[in-house]
Amino acid sequence: MTKLALHNLVKRYGEAVAVDGISMEIGEGEFVSLLGPSGCGKTTTLRMIAGFMKPTEGVITMDGRELSSPKTSLPPERRDMSMIFQSYAIWPNMTVAQNVGFGLKLRKLPADEIKRQTMEILEVVQMAHLADRYPAELSGGQQQRVALARAIVVKPGVLLLDEPLSNLDANLREEMRFEIRRLHDEFRITTVYVTHDQGEAMVTSDRIAVMNAGRIEQIAPPYEIYNRPESAFVAGFIGRTNFLDGELAADRLSFDGFALDRRVFNGALEGRGQGRMRFSIRPQTIRLHRGDTRPGAAAAVPAAVTERAYLGETWDYVVTPEGSGSALRVAALPNEIHQVGDRVWLEFDPKQVIAIG
Amino acid sequence: MTDNTTQYSRTATVEPPAGLIRRLRNLEPVNLLWFALFAILIVLVVGPIGFLLAVSFQEGGNGAFTLDNYAEAYGRWRYLEALINSCLLGICTAALCVVFAVPMAWAVSRTNMPAKWFAWASVLGAFILPPYLTSIGWILIAGPNSGWLNEGWRWLTGAEAPLFDIYSFFGMVLMIALNAFPFIFLFTKAGLDMISSEMEEAASILGASTWYTSIKITLPLVWPSILGGIIIVFLESIALFGVPAILGIPARINLVTTQLFQFFGYPFKMEVAAAYSMPLLLITICLIWVQRLMLNRKGFVTQTGKGGERREIDVGRWKWALLAWCGFVGALAMYLPGYTMVVASFSEAWGKGLTAENLTLQHYYDIFFVQKLTQEAIFNSFFFAGVAGIGALTIALCVAYVVSRKLVPFANVLAFLCMAPFVIPGIVLAIGFYAAYAPPPLALYGTSGIIILAFMARFLPISYGTAAAGMRSINPEMEEAVRVLGGSRLVAIRHVVAPLLKKTLFAGFLLVVIPATRELSAAIFLVGPETRVMSVLIFDMTEEGRFEAVAALGCIILVTTTFLVWLGFKLVGRDFMMRTPR
Repeated sequence: MTKLALHNLVKRYGEAVAVDGISMEIGEGEFVSLLGPSGCGKTTTLRMIAGFMKPTEGVITMDGRELSSPKTSLPPERRDMSMIFQSYAIWPNMTVAQNVGFGLKLRKLPADEIKRQTMEILEVVQMAHLADRYPAELSGGQQQRVALARAIVVKPGVLLLDEPLSNLDANLREEMRFEIRRLHDEFRITTVYVTHDQGEAMVTSDRIAVMNAGRIEQIAPPYEIYNRPESAFVAGFIGRTNFLDGELAADRLSFDGFALDRRVFNGALEGRGQGRMRFSIRPQTIRLHRGDTRPGAAAAVPAAVTERAYLGETWDYVVTPEGSGSALRVAALPNEIHQVGDRVWLEFDPKQVIAIG
Repeated sequence: MTDNTTQYSRTATVEPPAGLIRRLRNLEPVNLLWFALFAILIVLVVGPIGFLLAVSFQEGGNGAFTLDNYAEAYGRWRYLEALINSCLLGICTAALCVVFAVPMAWAVSRTNMPAKWFAWASVLGAFILPPYLTSIGWILIAGPNSGWLNEGWRWLTGAEAPLFDIYSFFGMVLMIALNAFPFIFLFTKAGLDMISSEMEEAASILGASTWYTSIKITLPLVWPSILGGIIIVFLESIALFGVPAILGIPARINLVTTQLFQFFGYPFKMEVAAAYSMPLLLITICLIWVQRLMLNRKGFVTQTGKGGERREIDVGRWKWALLAWCGFVGALAMYLPGYTMVVASFSEAWGKGLTAENLTLQHYYDIFFVQKLTQEAIFNSFFFAGVAGIGALTIALCVAYVVSRKLVPFANVLAFLCMAPFVIPGIVLAIGFYAAYAPPPLALYGTSGIIILAFMARFLPISYGTAAAGMRSINPEMEEAVRVLGGSRLVAIRHVVAPLLKKTLFAGFLLVVIPATRELSAAIFLVGPETRVMSVLIFDMTEEGRFEAVAALGCIILVTTTFLVWLGFKLVGRDFMMRTPR
């Protein structure tokens, strides 16, 4: 069931277009990320959903009720949402418990009920022992937990998060990703999460909307976003990849200086027809074999190692297929050791050669 | 961002009522606030300056257009001489301030001089003692007849002539400089703090000595900062009324401010005064503009924000010389005149010296329990300052809020009007207030209202600076967090913004009350028989030569100012006065 829907949302500042026609539907209890580089319009979109900005065009509805349109805009305080801000926005003049209980107080709950619910949620985020502290005495991670508790305790219709982890250090950030997802699994609040960090989006989200220049490039579950990118931007923004221009013919797929038999794709390129198009091949989907024996697989081409770097968890190789001018990055396991200048065989996984139009 | 609350309620109106009613309905509350603030600022800022300009072109009495006021104001050598004297006074004062302050600033910022708090104490002392009190202390020290300095000199040498006559041009320069050198100190120190030690070390490693480096590298880098301070001191000096009135009038040295005062005497020539105040206004506007331009100029290391690492220079035995210099300046500025004033306030007659039978509490008894005039003046000073402080701060806060949250269009106009009095000398502002509100129909002359309004206008820039800084320190997300949880803007202001601004507001209040309780230049033109304040009373009593009673009243100002500064340190923090250096 659709909880929140954006219909052709546009936000313009004079000539500049921040959001350029966004539509999406978010289901009840779904966790959706808006992922993109800075300036792509994701925060603007979130602020329009929250009611801090009015769209230039388009409509936002929640449970079928209109929240925003160019003509009307329900103020943020009447939208039944909560939001977690980049700065956490924990009020320094109130204790942890007062911060968390503030939303309940505004909802005119009796004092003992506020206290009970506050302590309950603080228990959930493991902050109950610090209930009477002031925010200045808390670490960044603890403030983050207070912000989470404060947003969740009012059981909002929609929870909005605006780059909530960007001010934390790396280790804590990793930990909090899982914490946010755990809380979502526990409370099932419909959530919109804005981030520029693909790892965060992958861990937390049911679906990811990859945004670029004010538009949604693709909206899909993490697995699909990564493995079936629909545009070069998505393929390049999520993880690393090799872009290759290829010519798809009836029987073969030819790249610069080398070609693969179209039969090996076994239908993976079905419906792609013929002609020039662009392909994305992830570094870790290419396997390297020693140059002396041709691998049994059909999609193999001879190549030479031109650069290498040892990254601990993997080897990072740059290889050039024989007779080709293009260089491909290949990620290999630490025990697959080749020297620069070695002849090798590249084995492609036909399912992972993605045509991106 | 626009205010969504009101937009929603507006569209909720089912049938649009016609004409004027609809227009009134469409007036959003924030726009009403805008109009209210704009109206207040018109009264406080635009009105006085507008009337000042208008009156300068009007014939007294009938209001017909004329240039006669200008002809009269600049038609006599005596008046032109006053202009030249004021400029000379400003230049000499600024030069003397540089001599006082630059070594102190360098010592505090860059050397290993011990007891740096001592230099700060001198600066603070100079701030606590208003210039007219410094003068009164120094009259007791270096008055030509009864000052102990000159008495001692005559006793030692048997000479007839005094060693140093405070009633002189140099006397005025010294008095103002002793009061204004903190400006140059603060500017120079801020500049020095921005220079990384690496600048100097780069010269040292090439073989330059400490002194050579300081003169050739450090000094040129802070020169814009020093110049900025010089401009401020110059402007303070030419617009000052107290010192020229107390020292210059007896010495028959005419200055712009004392001449303006005489135009307000008999025969009363307010229109000529308005015309005569124009140079003061124009010079101030131009120089402040130049100063801004200079300090905003790119490419000066002194202005590039973060300072980089600084290491103290070991100046060897010279550090004691520097410390002595700080003490010497502090003694001239505060300890000597302050001590003299305290002793005089407990003496029956200053000439009789420090003896037991000369000791008395009579002056204080008179001030507090006998003379109605002094009782009233003390009450008036604090009442006016307090009301003006609350008023200015309220306006400043409203403007700072709508500006920082971009609630209304053209909010910057409001901000500009709040800052505008910064370039209007207090004495000129007072004449403007007189021109605008003293005559009928308002006829506010002699009322508390006109003084409070003038004080509000005069200290509005300080209030606005504090309020705007306070608002900048509050992340808008703090308020948004309230709203998204279901609280309105007013709930956010009450529960989050107001509590967070408490300290800032208190600092802003003190920053108005402290100077307002001692303000003389603006008050002298606006007080009536019922509305005299301490500073004006001190000036009157000085003219009558009652220095012991004056000293007692001065000590009351001294003690209350010290108390207020201490309160600020205690409740707001050590830097509360430094946040908005003029």
